[in-house]
Parts: sequence; C-alpha cells; structure tokens
Amino acid sequence: MNNINNIWESHKTFVSFSLMALLLIFVGFNQSWALVLGIFNLSLISAIMALGVNIQWGYAGIFNVGIMGFAALGGVSVVLVSQQPVTEAIEVGGLKMLFALIMGAATVAIGVFLYRKKYNKWMIALVSIIGYLVTRHYFSDAVDLIEKIDPAKTGYLGGLGLHVVISWIVGGIVAAAAAWSIGKLTLGLRSDYLAIATLGIAEIILYIVKNEDWLVRGVKNVNGLARPIPYEIEMQKLEWFRNMVGWIHRSVLEALPQADQVAQLTEYVRDSSVVFIKLCYSGLFVTVLVAMVVLANLALDSPWGRKVRAIRDNEVAASAMGKNITRQHLQIFVIGSAIVGVAGALLVTYFGIFIPTSYQPLRFTFLIWVMVIVGGSGNNLGSVIGAFIVWFLWIQSGPMGLWAVDMISSYTQEGNSITEFLEDRVFFLRLVFMGILLLMVMRFTPGGILPEKNKEL
Amino acid sequence: MTSESVDIINAFALMTNFVILPALSYGSQLALGALAVTLVYSVLRFSNFAQGDSMAFGTMIVILLTGFMIQKGWTISGFPTAVLAIPVAILGTAIYLLTMDRLVYRFYRRVKAKSITIVMASIGVMFITGGLVRFILGVRPKTFADGERFIFSVREFKTFTGLEQGIALKTSQFLTISIAIILVAFVFYFLQKTKTGKTMRAYSDNKELALLSGINPDKVVQITWLLVAALTTIAGALYGLDKGFAAQQYHLLLLPIFASVIVGGVGSPLGAIAGAFLIAFSEVLLTYAYKKFLIYLLPLSMHPNSLVQLIGTEYKYAISFVILVIVLLIRPTGIFKGKVIVDE
Repeated sequence: MNNINNIWESHKTFVSFSLMALLLIFVGFNQSWALVLGIFNLSLISAIMALGVNIQWGYAGIFNVGIMGFAALGGVSVVLVSQQPVTEAIEVGGLKMLFALIMGAATVAIGVFLYRKKYNKWMIALVSIIGYLVTRHYFSDAVDLIEKIDPAKTGYLGGLGLHVVISWIVGGIVAAAAAWSIGKLTLGLRSDYLAIATLGIAEIILYIVKNEDWLVRGVKNVNGLARPIPYEIEMQKLEWFRNMVGWIHRSVLEALPQADQVAQLTEYVRDSSVVFIKLCYSGLFVTVLVAMVVLANLALDSPWGRKVRAIRDNEVAASAMGKNITRQHLQIFVIGSAIVGVAGALLVTYFGIFIPTSYQPLRFTFLIWVMVIVGGSGNNLGSVIGAFIVWFLWIQSGPMGLWAVDMISSYTQEGNSITEFLEDRVFFLRLVFMGILLLMVMRFTPGGILPEKNKEL
Repeated sequence: MTSESVDIINAFALMTNFVILPALSYGSQLALGALAVTLVYSVLRFSNFAQGDSMAFGTMIVILLTGFMIQKGWTISGFPTAVLAIPVAILGTAIYLLTMDRLVYRFYRRVKAKSITIVMASIGVMFITGGLVRFILGVRPKTFADGERFIFSVREFKTFTGLEQGIALKTSQFLTISIAIILVAFVFYFLQKTKTGKTMRAYSDNKELALLSGINPDKVVQITWLLVAALTTIAGALYGLDKGFAAQQYHLLLLPIFASVIVGGVGSPLGAIAGAFLIAFSEVLLTYAYKKFLIYLLPLSMHPNSLVQLIGTEYKYAISFVILVIVLLIRPTGIFKGKVIVDE
C-alpha cells in the first residue's frame, strides 16, 4: 500500500493521464469508438477552456464566472468569419447598419472623452441619451431591412467567407477585446463583485446573441458551418480510404462470400469514416491544446510567471516592489479570456452548427470551474486532467444512472411508475453528483488531483 | 376609442395597471431574496451563489405540498392553497439549509477560509440544490396558483369607477405586496429590537468582540439560516405564484438579486430593499411601450406613431446589470453605504 502511495506521489501526472487513457480505451472496446472520440474531443475543448480559467484563477486569483460569454463570442466569430456573405442583405441594409454602429461607437467615445475632461455629469448624460436615440433610430431601420431578406434561410448579414481556421484566431481576439473592456470596468473591484459582474456580462452577451437576428440569426441558429476537415460522405468515396478500411478488416472480409464482401465493406467504410473524421478533429484539437499548455507552462516558469504569482500570493508586498497590480490583472484576464474564446470557436467548428440556446451557465461556466478545481488550480496539466475526468463523468453519469435504475427495476415488477419516473429524471442527478465532487475535492484535497508545484521552495 | 383631450386620470390608471403594480410585486419578490443574500453576507461573510436555487428548492416544497393539500381538499376559498403550504415549506427549507451549513459551510468557518473559497463552496451547493430540484420536479414550467385569480378585475374596476382604462389587482400581486410588507417589518423589528437580533448585528459588526462578550456563534448562524429559509421560501413561492415555476428561471434570478444587493449597498438590509425596487422599476419602466400613455397625455397633433419603447423587452435582464455597472463605477459602496468584508 505504501509502495502504491510512493509511486502516486512521485509520478502523479503520468499515472493520472495513463489511468484516464486506459479508462477511455476500456469504454472504446465496451461501447463504441465513435462515442469515445466524441468524449475525447469535447474533453480537449473543455481542457482548453479550463486552461484559460486556470490562468486567471490559478495564476492570478481572478474569479471569472463569465466563461459562457467568452465561449459564445468565440462561436459568434466562427459564424462571422467563415459564413458566406449575404450580398442582398448587405446591399439593402449594410451601409445603414454600418452608420448606426459608427454612431453608437462615436457616442461611447464622446461620452468617455467628456468624462475624462471632467465635464458636467448632466451634460454627459444628455449627450449619451441623444446619441443613443439617434443610433437606435438608424439601427432599428437597418435591422428591419436586413431581417426581411429571406428570413427562413438567411435574414442576417452573413460572414466574411474566409477559411474557418482564421475564425479561431479571430475568436480569441474578439474575446480578448471584450475581456479588455470588461476588465477595465470591473477589475478594480473586490473579488466577489467581479464574479457577479462577469456573471451578468456573460448573460448580456448571450441576450445579444439570441436577440440580434441580423448578426447571427438569433435563436434560428446557423447551420452548415464550414469545416476544416471533409465531410464523412466525401471520405467514403475516396479510393485510398476504401482500400485502407478493406485492408484493416481483410480477415473478416476474405471469410465472406464474394457477393457479401462489397456490402460489408461499405458498412465498414461508413462506420470508419465517422471515426476517421473525429480522429482528424482530435489531431487538430490536440495540436492546439499542446501548443497552449507548452506556452502556458513556459510563461509560468518565466520571470513574468513569478511576478504574477507573487501578486496573487501577496498583493501588498508585490505592489511595494513596484508591480502594477491592476495592469497585471487586466493582462491576465485578457489572456485567459482569449483562450476561452479560441475554445468556444473550436467547439462551434466541431459541431458545425451555432445554437445560442445551447449556452447554459451550468454547462459552460460552472462545469469548467469544477474541472479547474478538481484538476488542481495553478497547475496547467491539472486543468487538462480535470477536464477529462469531469467531462467523462458528466457524459457517462447519465448512462450509468440509467444502468443503475435498470438494475433496481429488474428486481421489481415491470412498468413500475417509480422506475419510469427515475428513468426520466435520473439525468439531472449528475448536477448533484458534480456538486458533491466539487465539495469533496475542496474539502479533502484542496490542491486538486495535481496540485500546484512550488518550484521556488 | 381615443379621447381627444389630455386625460391624466386614465393615463395614471394605465401606468398603475401595467407599470406600478407589476413593478411593485416584482420588486417585493426581489427584495425578499436580496434580504436573504444580505443576511448571509453580513453574518456568514460570503456571497451566496446558491440563493436562486435555494428559492427553487423552497418553491418545490410548496408545489409538492400544494398538490397534496388540493388532493385532500384542504383549501381556503379565494386564496391560493400555496399560502397554507408556505409555513411547512419554510421548515423544510430551513432543515435543508441547516444541513448544508453543517456539511459544507461550517468547516470553512472553522478554518477561517477566505470569503472567495466559501463562494466556491456555495457554487457546489448550487449544483446540488439545482440538481435535486430538477430531479424531483423536472425542467418544464409549472403553475400552482389556484383560487380566485383577481382581487378585482379590469371589468369590475371599470364599472365601479366609470373610467375608460381599467386596473386589475391580481391575487398574487396583492399577496406579494402585503406579505412582503409584513415580513420586512418583522425582519427589521427582529434585528433592531429583539435580543437575538441585536446579537446577530453585534456578531456581524465585529465577530471577535461578539465572541469575547459571550455570544454563541453557532446559535447566531442557526438563527440566520432560519431567517434566510423563511425569506427564501416566501420569495420563491410568491414569484412562482406570480410568474410560474421553472428551475432555470429561478437559477437566473440570482442576477437581479445580486444586482439589487450591490446597488443598494452590500450588507445593508435597507439598501437591499431599495436596490430591489430600483431594479424592478427600471426593468419595467424602460421596457414599457409608452404609446398609449402619451396618447392620453398629449394633444392629438402630438400623438406618437411608434411604440415609444426605450429598450426591447428581450433585454429586461440586461438592464439590472447596466445599472449595476453604473453604480459600481460612480458609487462602489452602493446607494446606502455598504460594508466590505476583509479576509482575516
């Protein structure tokens, strides 16, 4: 027993990642590879989000509960960058919308300018209100014009028609820009004020995304987004792919009579193409994740990283040493949010559809927090393993619960109303499960599974 | 039929029906929730993120009891059965909150954890509570108001006063406003006049000094949770009677409640109530379409063509946050000077 403890203590990272890999492989053999790759890919994306949150919380102690908003901004960027422009809508309302947006921006700029120059508060208020009314007038005109163009299919301006990979970078930049302006307003506040402010701002971003149909079609969703990887149907037509699948399954195929071989091969090709496409996505996401973890670890070990942690551990001492704390916090907040934005863009690209109503704070904000805390705040690899564990439990606890209900019901009579009720609702118990997991980790291993290493000691 | 001349009485009736009554009842519901958050903040020293879901928990007990009582025929004529169920539900919620305090929060109090750690723990409690409510009641919206819908309806009001514009007073609105007044009066009386209330305030003002003078901290904490349970359950039940129950909706109530608390001044009970009404009235006033109101007030030549709505109804919840941000920028301590917790 002592021996096992020793191995765990000295090789925590290696052991936990290997166990997770074995678990995924086990599910692959027992359930299906497509399912495992689905879990794997979403774990990767969640890991990137958790990494962004870890940079904010683990490095600097910034309590951001607006993760959902930044993830949604990443998703919006995918639509705005990769979709084809709707030329008709741009011709009709594009200029007017541009003018309205410029008016809005000008109002904000003049307001800030007057505030800086210490003008009378009432005058600033008057200018803002007039600016708002003028903007709103042109804006609602433009919105009407744009949303009238073929509302069933488009009804929005469309995107720039660029390659989807560019949108990942844009997603990061948009989230960073939003984080900068939010951080400017709220980072001077106490930690739980910041939490509440970010919680609210994430909701506001979602309200805008859901209601401004001219921008990303609102609740009508945008589907058929561009993919960085070909469709499954196209893969199935490729000669080399068919040959490869045939070669993998050659022993089964050769045993079959000639007539059945083609039909069987087609079935294999169909299944394999799904797995193959998911593997390609995994490759892309792993690349992004590894690059970010490496960069984040390098940054954490650099003088910059030491400065950041010094501020976290003792703000007063750090500021006495001449470090600008507010500026440092803003920087960290922007970097972390940008990473979340990239992850949000990856997520929408992976699904190929942008659904604003799918953004729920429980799933996008608080679940990511559970990942960071369970994995070990302050440790980048901890966030990654936390993301894998929590996402695995989140997905698998539904089926596991159903299995438990079935086990119980097999001892009672068929068609029991209690069993039906449980089967219907057992799904929601995973929230309870996650809460208990979070509280247990916080109470008994406050450092998480892979605690932060203090290299200076 | 539109009147030709200026008609102040009808304009006032219109505002009462569509702005003042809804905002008053929504504000009362928020105020009760905000008071609960304020109590937890001052005595237990953390922002309780589980407040919205706790309200859902209390309402869930009310709904289950209401169903049971209607089945048994234990109803009162005219009023919703839920009113009878509330006292028992308060007891249930109190037991739940005290259990959570014993299992979760007490540990962090003992080790003198940072306030932000306890906030994180309250997120864990939020998950558990929300999950339990969704497991037991499901996610579909539910209504549980029975009995008479109106104290007096638009038609009754019109025939009584002969005005063109009617006012209706919903039973839920009447109940909300009257119960909120009684409850708030009780809480203030309790905090200001009774010995236990004074103990609580002393504990909240200076924990160390209170402990030195022999105040039993466990008792203070228990009384706080009992008060919070009462406020939470009643706020949740009244909101549910007024607008129907949906787990997700209650979870989102956290936002306007927090906004009320901060706008009013964190830790100040009076501020929480003022903040709640400010938020409620701004939400209703800014999203109301003033067309009909202006038609009553302005001469024919100046009648507006558009709806004269300042902000689309869909941005209702955003308003509370814009107010929050403005208050944080101009006066970070809120309207009534609130207090700030310093980690020991």
